Amino acid sequence: MAELDLNNVDAMYYDVLREIGNIGAGNAATALATMIGTKVDMKVPKVELVEFSEMGEALGGEEQIMAGIYLQISGDITGSIMFLLEEKSAHDLVARLMGGGEAVFEKGQPFNEMEQSALSEIGNIIVGSYLNSLSMLTGLKIVESVPSLAMDMAEALLSVPAIEFGMVGDKMLLIQTSFSEDTDLNGYFVLTPDLESYGKLLKALGVMQ
Amino acid sequence: MAEMIKVGMADLKLCISPNSITTLGLGSCVGVAIRDTGNKVGGLAHVMLPDSKEIKNNANIAKFADTGVEELVRQMEKAGARRNMMVAKIAGGAQMFAMQQNSPLVKVGDRNVAAVKKKLAELKIPIKAEDTGLNYGRTVEFYPETGDYIIKAVGKPPKTI
Repeated sequence: MAELDLNNVDAMYYDVLREIGNIGAGNAATALATMIGTKVDMKVPKVELVEFSEMGEALGGEEQIMAGIYLQISGDITGSIMFLLEEKSAHDLVARLMGGGEAVFEKGQPFNEMEQSALSEIGNIIVGSYLNSLSMLTGLKIVESVPSLAMDMAEALLSVPAIEFGMVGDKMLLIQTSFSEDTDLNGYFVLTPDLESYGKLLKALGVMQ
Repeated sequence: MAEMIKVGMADLKLCISPNSITTLGLGSCVGVAIRDTGNKVGGLAHVMLPDSKEIKNNANIAKFADTGVEELVRQMEKAGARRNMMVAKIAGGAQMFAMQQNSPLVKVGDRNVAAVKKKLAELKIPIKAEDTGLNYGRTVEFYPETGDYIIKAVGKPPKTI
């Protein structure tokens, strides 16, 4: 099976991975817009190979509090996907979904049970539409697990996919996409297929032999 | 002027009093702080995985509990610390998300903590205090002068162990 060598990534692969991020996030943005009833824009995704020691900074600071929704993926490709939302965006989204106005919250304030399940559901729908488009594009079967939610420091959340990468190398491939809408809404996807699955993805798209 | 040294993920560094040393946002990783109680030579390792022998790509020795702790002790000895004066404090090893049973990441936090303890026992370095497990991230600061290990977590008051 073709494997991607993380120390030697072809520029064309970056372009393809960026495009995967683009299409996936585009679908996710549409799902999000339908859910909250406003227009949601998407920024051009970034594909980066980051050293573990520089990872937190890539998401705007190691200690930045974020909501992370983590799903494991299986089927033709295996690995995980995490959707990260800045704390304020997470509170705003939940407030909006539950019919309130702008969220009032204190930094580090936990979500109650109802808000947590709303947030998990948001994550589930967004990640689901992201993976759906990826599956359509490649013809690969992708099965996702039940979402798991955590609200914590960015670095602590990212340690989970980092450990998955740590088993094969010292760098992590981040496909980062952010959204924005009328008010500020900053979210990121971190797609972490295992190395063999990267090979399968690139092959399915016809860019790797 | 004392400075605070920063250690990244899968990294380790020495720290000599009056300086202090920190690592931010430990999740399932473990922060191993060691010091010589006499001459205050200390250091901190931020390890990610339990066992270098389970992994093919194991060139970065700071990444693993077994080789990371060993390397930190070696560098400390080179800087003048004595093994029989060394004590350790450890933090981290959380389970951040609920995992599926078949995931290679099941209980990786617990396994990291266990591997660190095993290596410290082998090196005959006693563990003075620990704040490990559970399900939240931790930022730590270590002061080799006093041995204070300060743990900060989201929504909780900082504590010193």
